[in-house]
Amino acid sequence: MIKKVTQHLSQNEALLFERSSPGKKAYQLPELDVPVVDPSEALGAENVRQEIAGFPEVSEVEAIRHFTRLSTWNYAIDYGMYPLGSCTMKYNPRINEVVARTEGLAWAHPYQPESLSQGCMEVMASLEAALAEICGMDAVTLQPAAGAHGELTGILLIRALLEKRGNPRQKILIPDSAHGTNPATAAIAGYAVENIKSSETGGVDLAALEQLVTGDVAALMVTNPNTLGVFENNIVRVAEILHKKGALLYMDGANMNALVGIARPGDFGVDVMHLNLHKTFSTPHGGGGPGAGPVAVKKVLEPFLPTPRLKRSGKKLAFDYKRKHSIGRVKAYYGNFGVLVRALAYIQAHGGPGLRNATMDAVLNAVYIRKGLEAYYDLPYQSPNMHEVVFSDARQAALGVRTGDIAKRLIDYGFHPYTVSFPMIVHGALMIEPTETEGKLEIDSFIDAMISIAHEIETDPQMVKNAPYHTRTSRVDEVTAARKPVLRWKPA
Amino acid sequence: MLDACGVTSPEELFAHLPEAVRLNRPLHLPPGISEYEIVQYFRDRAAECAMGYASFLGAGVYHHFRPVLVDTVVSRGEFLTSYTPYQAEIAQGTLTTIFEFQTMICQLTGMDVANASMYDGSTAVPEAAMMAVRATGKGRVLVAKSVHPEYREVLATYARNQGMPVAEFGYVAESGNLDLEDLERQMDALTGAVIIQTPNFFGIVEQVKAAAEIAHRHGALLVVVFTEAVSLGLLQPPGDADGADIVAGELQSFAISPSYGGPYAGIIATREKYLRQMPGRLVGQTTDSRGKRAFCLTLSTREQHIRREKATSNICTNQALIALMATVFMTVYGKEGLRELASQNLAKAHYLAGKLKPRFSGKFFNEFVVRAEGKSPAEINKALLKKKIIGGLPLGRFYPELADSILLCATEMTKRADMDALAEVHA
Repeated sequence: MIKKVTQHLSQNEALLFERSSPGKKAYQLPELDVPVVDPSEALGAENVRQEIAGFPEVSEVEAIRHFTRLSTWNYAIDYGMYPLGSCTMKYNPRINEVVARTEGLAWAHPYQPESLSQGCMEVMASLEAALAEICGMDAVTLQPAAGAHGELTGILLIRALLEKRGNPRQKILIPDSAHGTNPATAAIAGYAVENIKSSETGGVDLAALEQLVTGDVAALMVTNPNTLGVFENNIVRVAEILHKKGALLYMDGANMNALVGIARPGDFGVDVMHLNLHKTFSTPHGGGGPGAGPVAVKKVLEPFLPTPRLKRSGKKLAFDYKRKHSIGRVKAYYGNFGVLVRALAYIQAHGGPGLRNATMDAVLNAVYIRKGLEAYYDLPYQSPNMHEVVFSDARQAALGVRTGDIAKRLIDYGFHPYTVSFPMIVHGALMIEPTETEGKLEIDSFIDAMISIAHEIETDPQMVKNAPYHTRTSRVDEVTAARKPVLRWKPA
Repeated sequence: MLDACGVTSPEELFAHLPEAVRLNRPLHLPPGISEYEIVQYFRDRAAECAMGYASFLGAGVYHHFRPVLVDTVVSRGEFLTSYTPYQAEIAQGTLTTIFEFQTMICQLTGMDVANASMYDGSTAVPEAAMMAVRATGKGRVLVAKSVHPEYREVLATYARNQGMPVAEFGYVAESGNLDLEDLERQMDALTGAVIIQTPNFFGIVEQVKAAAEIAHRHGALLVVVFTEAVSLGLLQPPGDADGADIVAGELQSFAISPSYGGPYAGIIATREKYLRQMPGRLVGQTTDSRGKRAFCLTLSTREQHIRREKATSNICTNQALIALMATVFMTVYGKEGLRELASQNLAKAHYLAGKLKPRFSGKFFNEFVVRAEGKSPAEINKALLKKKIIGGLPLGRFYPELADSILLCATEMTKRADMDALAEVHA
């Protein structure tokens, strides 16, 4: 039975371009306090455009209604549980939004004098120190704009170190359970990718690793806990095998929400890793960005970090641009500062003990869901899970219903779907990550919904296959979208 | 919950972790603090930064007014706290706004297609270069020295391991415009991309068509970069006939706070024929099973989660919420407003330039370069700080040959009295 949601009216809304009328305005500019300049004279007539054809013309009320109406067509964490595995959709505290808008920080220009930027630099220095402590690493760069950008930075650091040692090597090893960004990153950093098959328990196969780690291998990119939510128990041994052959261990920190305060990558042999501040550290996903992907490294990689580096001289902070071994810049300015502010606020609100408690709650929630659902869904890997749990659709697929269908039916129950069909090593995966945000009530209601769907599949599989029914938009035709791309509005 | 999990304490859930990996001490971080204390901490940090100063800094990051509707919209939890819109049935809000964003970027730039945004302008440039290289099969890149220096640094970082040699061509010392002769001289059969910026780093409007003609004659694509999006309210779209093949830009000017360098939003727009080479997310129109118009993410076979190491880019997320700020900004100003806003910028900068002596003769929008007269740029800026004015950017750090020069910017927010005061100190 569906308990969490009831249908209600939802406003229709046309595209901006369809509801525009000539002459309507939503803006007001002050009177010019200087003489008007003729654009043709100042810019050259040939450089001045006639008009911005098709640009919207709406009133202020129309504008606010437009975006408000559209907003209600979205699901969001603020509506309820968002159990996307690997995405760590936790509550986004509003205090973070408030402090990121503090005037002296939000309006700070990246080129204003350092003497008038000390507060911004102090925020960055504090966050660098906190993240280094959390990861057990020696140095942190805050420059990368997102997780994948952090990966690229990390792999470039590895390349720079190996080049300095005389040979950048050719290959990066990547487990078949990895995020797609890992191989894409290795390729952009100029490396060939070699996949390692996961072991029967879902971890790195040590025997296979020993064989694959040759003098050609620059690094292994590993996610820990891996994308099954399973901690890599052999991680210390994995690091030893790599280090013995002069290769490095890169950790994708996407799943750091399982480890904060419990275990530190730097202590178990990781040389370089990135964090996703929009996952573990609560900065909002915003419908797909902005994120921030700081990279934490051991001392040996510090000389190669992107320029500039923050350094303290006396009481003052300064940027150091003279770093001859640096990989260079990966982004203009110093990083997604506004995101960094939010992450620091999250760390301050929790404090050390609070962060550890959050980790324990996140793992408790995931284990509780596993116990609640293992009688109804196939659990392909029996190893203890941490912050997320991965089922397969094996039982339901026998009745013709796939993970994607179950996900769509879950929408009718008032939940956002889990992550569908990932990791790829699990055929028909249902990847569920509740995070510490959810309390028992919401989780029980999720478990009930999943059980109810399992029953529906047994009695009426076809019904489930056509879900969702209660959304304003029913299943969309993604095939036609790709075959005949319409990527912008045009007048009829 | 513990009972259901078969444990007596949450710690037991970690019992399977080997002893060697566990942290057996508390994190060395202070205990948690209250909301009030957090607000106070950041206010104190803000007080250590410039507040109440007039500023003449531009150089890629501009002070423009943020219409209040922008924060009203992006603060809605439905936009703020949703994920990338993979589940189209419950993400039509985000998908529709991205479709509108893509449309408006096309209208502004004169291009056929635009993606759902990139991290920022600086990272859009190497992505555009790699795209041009894929499209032409030619690996060499020629970039103008008048492209934002930090963008060129990012390009160099990406290019180094791509087998993508990058060379630079100059600007004309008198006008500050592209040195087209130098470009012509340096073009060769291996060059796949020519990258220019307009208005360039010195604020000067470039000859897009002339550069395109040279690039195309040698079988290369022209990438046009912009950092000051407001200029597009008045300037010819770079993608107009015979112009750019790829536009890579920064939208910070569209209601995105300077925020000490980020987060911002970049764009890549291009012609239809290069669509498959495009990096990043794309939203397309389709229908739902009831035949109603709907939107979804599309053409994902270019992307990393499907193609892995063969993807067009490793980019995963975009800057959706920041792109939404820009979308609301473009909606609020609209067709007439963006033009009026650009005209105000033009008027302010030309008023200021009238009191000073621009170093270059090229046509400029809202930024221009002046020589420091009698004093060094550092001395001038120091004197300005005493008047609560942050002066322009001394160019010596990026251009040794312009060590005596300062890049000044005026926007609709710059007051006449502050411009008069700045001119006095510069005189």
